[in-house]
Amino acid sequence: METIFFYLVALVTVVSGYLVVRCQNPVNSGLALVNTFFCLAIFYVMLYAPFMAAIQVIVYAGAIMVLILFVIMLLNLGTEERKRYTHGVVWAAIASLLVLLNVVFFIKRGRVTGAEGDVTDFLITTEGHTELIGKALYTDFLLPFEIASILLLVAIVGAVVLAKKDV
Amino acid sequence: MTEMLSMSNNAPLFVGMMLLKLLVVFGVTMLIVAYATWCERKVIGHMQTRLGPMRTGWHGLLQPIADGLKLFFKEDIIPTQASKVSFLLAPMMILVPALITIAVVPFGPDITIQGFKMPLQITDLNIGVLYILAFAGLGVYGIVLAGWSSNSKYALLGGVRATAQMISYELAAGITIIAVFMLSETLSLREIVALQSGSVIDWYVFKQPLAFGLFIITGLAEINRTPFDMPEAESELVSGFCTEYSSMKYALFFMAEYANMIVIAAIASTLFLGGWSGPLPEALGVVNLLGKVFAIMFFFIWLRATLPRVRYDQLMQLGWKILIPLALANLAVTGLVVVLQQ
Repeated sequence: METIFFYLVALVTVVSGYLVVRCQNPVNSGLALVNTFFCLAIFYVMLYAPFMAAIQVIVYAGAIMVLILFVIMLLNLGTEERKRYTHGVVWAAIASLLVLLNVVFFIKRGRVTGAEGDVTDFLITTEGHTELIGKALYTDFLLPFEIASILLLVAIVGAVVLAKKDV
Repeated sequence: MTEMLSMSNNAPLFVGMMLLKLLVVFGVTMLIVAYATWCERKVIGHMQTRLGPMRTGWHGLLQPIADGLKLFFKEDIIPTQASKVSFLLAPMMILVPALITIAVVPFGPDITIQGFKMPLQITDLNIGVLYILAFAGLGVYGIVLAGWSSNSKYALLGGVRATAQMISYELAAGITIIAVFMLSETLSLREIVALQSGSVIDWYVFKQPLAFGLFIITGLAEINRTPFDMPEAESELVSGFCTEYSSMKYALFFMAEYANMIVIAAIASTLFLGGWSGPLPEALGVVNLLGKVFAIMFFFIWLRATLPRVRYDQLMQLGWKILIPLALANLAVTGLVVVLQQ
């Protein structure tokens, strides 16, 4: 049952991923990308990571893609500009194929499945998935977390500086 | 301690009860959607010293059915310049997220069926609040697409306005809700209700009055209702993002507006007003919840009859310069109090 569902969602993901690069209209590509993100969220749910799924939908599908679509809608690209970049698809296909080979190679070689580390099933059911992620972020990974937030702050300030002519 | 009914201990009963819950919740929501339109016209009518619909049935009670039939049989027009697929998808993409969100709202205490315990809630996610935020975010696409695919300037302007407005207010709504689950220490709506079930004083509205106010305001802005109905400001944009829509597709936008209103009211009453565990005893949980939902919806309708539409720059100023700083301040104070109490 779960396997059938997995293949169904995987099919939809791959097809919408293909549509992202194949659609003539950038808005339709954007929509296909939203669908891809949503399918990824479904995979997170199937991996018992509901928090990741919710964040995936909120951040990528709900916020970032809306802004990207917003910009595409306002720019209203002509057909010529759209066709200029189609040859890049070949190189992208080759690159992603190589990445796929790489992933398959590492999965075959090493032990990447199975429960290892401090976080056990028991801990997840008693303490909760979200609580564990929160604790890990604010204790073990505090420095990377803070660095990421400072990076985002720099990006925001940069965007304001670029957008405003005289600050 | 009775066992929780699940797929593993009694599959046929579980599936049956699940379908029943889905059908009942969907049916009741659709019924409220239909009669909310009637209520809105009636209430606004009386507030403006008119009578509202009077002809179809007793005091116009059959008006929603008549309207539905009329819209159903009207000609469905798709503009030649529209991009067909997105034009068809848009009304669905706005209604579906609204209806899906209701799945996590608990509407009563656990009941016992054939020796198994069953919660009166379609599904209890342990990330319930995040799930609501996620689908609130997806609701934007319907409006964006409707605006863009119609290929009309009014629709596009409406769509662009709606996007900017919803993104800004979503942020404030998200920050506001965080303050609530800093107090509850859980994201599950069932547990949030359980924490407020002691007495009326335990309702989070008394611990978080500012958050409640902010949530109602941002909620109003997210569902594009007066005074924040800029996306469909009829005096300047004809009908905003749904200008080019007709027949049942137009009706879907209409239904989505009221479904969203129910969702915001249901979430506000669950997070702040104790949900189903209200002034009346536990057995009347559904009545408690519906009473609160109707009260909030009446408040929304009342606001529509009272307030004029705000200007677009005022809307953005209010969102970014007042609501978000207030929500952040509320978050900081709540955090401080929670730390000091420990």
